[in-house]
Amino acid sequence: MVNTSPLLQMQGIEKSFPGVRALSGVDLTLQRGEVLALMGENGAGKSTLIKTLGGAHQPDAGTITIEGKLVSLSSPTAAIVAGIGVIYQEFNLIPELNTWENIFLGREKSGFFVDRSHERTRAAELFKQLGVDIPLDVPCRRLSVAQQQLVEIAKALSQDVRILVMDEPSAALTPQEVEKLFTIIRDLQTRGIGIIYISHRLDEIFNIADTITVLRDGQYVGDAPAKEMTREKMIEMMVGRSIENEFPKQAAEIGEPRLVVDGLCRGTAVRNVSFNVRRGEVLGITGLVGAGRTELVRLIFGADRRDAGEISLDGESLKIRSPQDAIHAGICLLTEDRKSQGLVLCRSVRENFGLPNLKQFSWFGAIGQKRERDAFGQYVDSLSIRIPHQEQLARNLSGGNQQKVVLAKWLQQNAKTLIFDEPTRGIDVGTKHEIYQLMNRLAADGTSIIMISSELPEVLGMSDRILVMHEGQLKGEITDVKSATQEHIMETAIG
Amino acid sequence: MTSPKPKSHVWTTLLNEYGMVLVLLFLVITFSAMTLQQMDSTGAEAGREVARLIADQHGTSAVVAVVTATKGGDEEFAVAANSALQEAGVTVAVTISGSPPQVKQALEAAVVKHGRIDAIAATGDSAGLTLFDRIEGVGSEKCVSVEPSKWPKFAKAENILNVANQTAVYAIVAIGMTLVIITAGIDLSVGSLIALSAVTTAAVIQMNGGGDAGTGAIVVSCIAGLLAAAAAGFFSGTMITAFRVPPFIVTLSVMLMARGLARRITDEESISDLPQKFRSIAGSTELNLLGYEFGLPNPVILMIVLYAIAHLIMTKTIFGRYVYAVGGNAEAARLSGVGVKKITLIVYTLCGALAGLGGILQASKLSGDPKLGVMFELDVIAAVVVGGTSLMGGQGRIFGTLIGALIIAVIKNGMNLMKIGSSDQQIVLGAVILIAVLIDTLKRRGEGA
Ligand SMILES: Nc1ncnc2c1ncn2[C@@H]1O[C@H](COP(=O)(O)OP(=O)(O)OP(=O)(O)O)[C@@H](O)[C@H]1O
Ligand SMILES: [Mg+2]
Repeated sequence: MVNTSPLLQMQGIEKSFPGVRALSGVDLTLQRGEVLALMGENGAGKSTLIKTLGGAHQPDAGTITIEGKLVSLSSPTAAIVAGIGVIYQEFNLIPELNTWENIFLGREKSGFFVDRSHERTRAAELFKQLGVDIPLDVPCRRLSVAQQQLVEIAKALSQDVRILVMDEPSAALTPQEVEKLFTIIRDLQTRGIGIIYISHRLDEIFNIADTITVLRDGQYVGDAPAKEMTREKMIEMMVGRSIENEFPKQAAEIGEPRLVVDGLCRGTAVRNVSFNVRRGEVLGITGLVGAGRTELVRLIFGADRRDAGEISLDGESLKIRSPQDAIHAGICLLTEDRKSQGLVLCRSVRENFGLPNLKQFSWFGAIGQKRERDAFGQYVDSLSIRIPHQEQLARNLSGGNQQKVVLAKWLQQNAKTLIFDEPTRGIDVGTKHEIYQLMNRLAADGTSIIMISSELPEVLGMSDRILVMHEGQLKGEITDVKSATQEHIMETAIG
Repeated sequence: MTSPKPKSHVWTTLLNEYGMVLVLLFLVITFSAMTLQQMDSTGAEAGREVARLIADQHGTSAVVAVVTATKGGDEEFAVAANSALQEAGVTVAVTISGSPPQVKQALEAAVVKHGRIDAIAATGDSAGLTLFDRIEGVGSEKCVSVEPSKWPKFAKAENILNVANQTAVYAIVAIGMTLVIITAGIDLSVGSLIALSAVTTAAVIQMNGGGDAGTGAIVVSCIAGLLAAAAAGFFSGTMITAFRVPPFIVTLSVMLMARGLARRITDEESISDLPQKFRSIAGSTELNLLGYEFGLPNPVILMIVLYAIAHLIMTKTIFGRYVYAVGGNAEAARLSGVGVKKITLIVYTLCGALAGLGGILQASKLSGDPKLGVMFELDVIAAVVVGGTSLMGGQGRIFGTLIGALIIAVIKNGMNLMKIGSSDQQIVLGAVILIAVLIDTLKRRGEGA
């Protein structure tokens, strides 16, 4: 007998947190072999919805049926047993364990002395399938964000699942890895596995999705086959208004070189890199995962110690030994990993915002809390940060909203040079647009901006000049951004 | 999405913020109820109270008669009143216990003999007699007695002050420990640092004349004690920040070293030949509050002042904000321009200095004894944890620690008053600490950590 009921059906799902109604009656239907894109603004409730599916949250109301049978997903284990694999937006890797130990965590063969060599082999196979080169035996805390993401993907693929849920798996990946991921997804699709895919990158959605379901403010807005959907229509469903021009680049007047970097080195990660950024310029830096982009900017910011190299700002040579020095000199870095490097999760969003900026609000070490609150309030409005109140713990924000808090905290610095490492990672279209406009304003005021991004349309759309890195070295420079193409950049990046 | 806070949210916030205060209140009320004592208008207790009232009102020149009947408790009343009055230097003209006619007769004789009677210490029943008005030179208005009443032993001002005094040193040291724990560290050395500071202070006094040392020498010695402990804290902080040795290990070592050093300094002896001026550091200050005079112990005053300062620092200053950030996520703090090492170093040094202050107070109360403060660190850590500060770091409140210290002190004192044995006390205290941490963990889980 052929089972005709859909693979997965979620009905009337509701979930509230103190002060926040995250989901109010959401429906979702997933068929076998279907890729369903779950779309919505930051804080729309996407992650919360799939957490109820993964057994991480219990819904306040609603039913979940799999192949016509009502299921109760009371714990993550229950979800795994039901055949649901979830890649969460925030990673769940144990930092001290290596990659394959993490992949098979909790599913080790029982017994006292276990031969675990086959697990290692299996992990190597998975990485090969993904076409990535990740060291097997290093602890996960030493991996980059992108590598950790790939480990999470491998972990989900290693399970025997009927339903695979991916919450922004591509946010930290470059087009190459995303393409590999899509190949795998299409393969899973042919085997009848249903896939829920969450991403803020619209190109990907049209590339991979069969149907699109949109949430807004915790409510189901609608769904449609991807073929019938246009970019404009989808944006309008998500943000409730249309956005004319996704990359509203306004070229600012470009002046003298501001930040000049000469011969920067650190081990094999960064090898003899020299470049400069001028007043009012947006310099894009791109390259594959592991190309050394993050390492490079961390050296400039003093987060890591450099082996050699000179840094000067506005003609003045700088002795940067710590982030403190860099901030003092007027260089700020928005780090790529907001959870471990950007936020103090157990403190309020207001305190997180204030952290590098306290001196601006203080008088002899005493904080003017009202001034701090007012300053943050402006960003809450301009970046539309969704929080019930400023005392909300950073941990309780949706991924995109966390990113906005980190962004706000650095914007308040009014730095001479702003370095953004994946600034729009996990941020919705509407807010991206706001951030791009903000970058325009900053550039117009003479700020120089370095933007690292794996999202090529963004790099192409917003940069005045692009540097391409490969294996710790500068591989090419693109000055005529308008006529450059994604293919062109990728060719340079691959080396 | 700025939705109004639902009611239940307000309640949970209230419980979170003030839960510990409620626990403290509950304990105070419980112990008050359990130590409730009947105070009658007769019996020894009443006798003493009446004597005290008369001595206060009439002074030592008074001539007093003690009058009771012959019921149960009357004899104890008479004896207690008599001895208390005499102790206060009041003349007892006559002590009468008997029937009204006997009383009348004896009183008249006493008036003749002494020329006057200023007051009559009486039990409740005797004070109701009408015969006093019929005796020349006496009158029922001269009768002093007490109303029968119930009064909880725990809630007596005397006992409360006693609890506060005992808590003060723990609570002061716990301020530093709170800061350390907020940075996700621990300091096991505070008990030993109390001893180190106490013996250093006492030893410097001894070198400057012992019991005859002048004010200048006392000030210098206190500074020496404080500095010794602060230096030990600075040493711990340096090891932790510069060499990344785990705080547990560093302070365990310092705990041993400081204790050994303290014992060496005094050759295992306790220095108790200390000047009166130094003794008075931990004494009391007479206060007059709404006409009610009482002596507030100096350590309690110091505790209140230090808590107010610490609270302001932790909630209103950059330094306080940085301490929380360092404990919550040191890497994020560093990348936000916080001098993580500097903050950590300051925190451990402060913790050492506060332990040093505790040592000076203990030396002033007791003596410069190298055995002071053994196991002290455990009580202090317990106070911090019961007060809601998380051992994971990044969270905690200064006043929470004060409440925690008071909760522990109240439980100890209450159990003492109820005459519960020390073995049972330990079991109860252990359970209390566990429950406090359990509540904290559950709360955290509720927040979706
Ligand atoms: N544990 C929590 N406590 C309180 N509020 C929460 C918690 N988890 C999520 N929320 C709130 O629920 C809402 C929905 O969050 P969710 O993470 O589902 O958004 P999202 O659609 O995944 O957004 P993003 O695109 O930014 O990842 C947000 O307003 C968020 O602040
Ligand atoms: Mg999300």
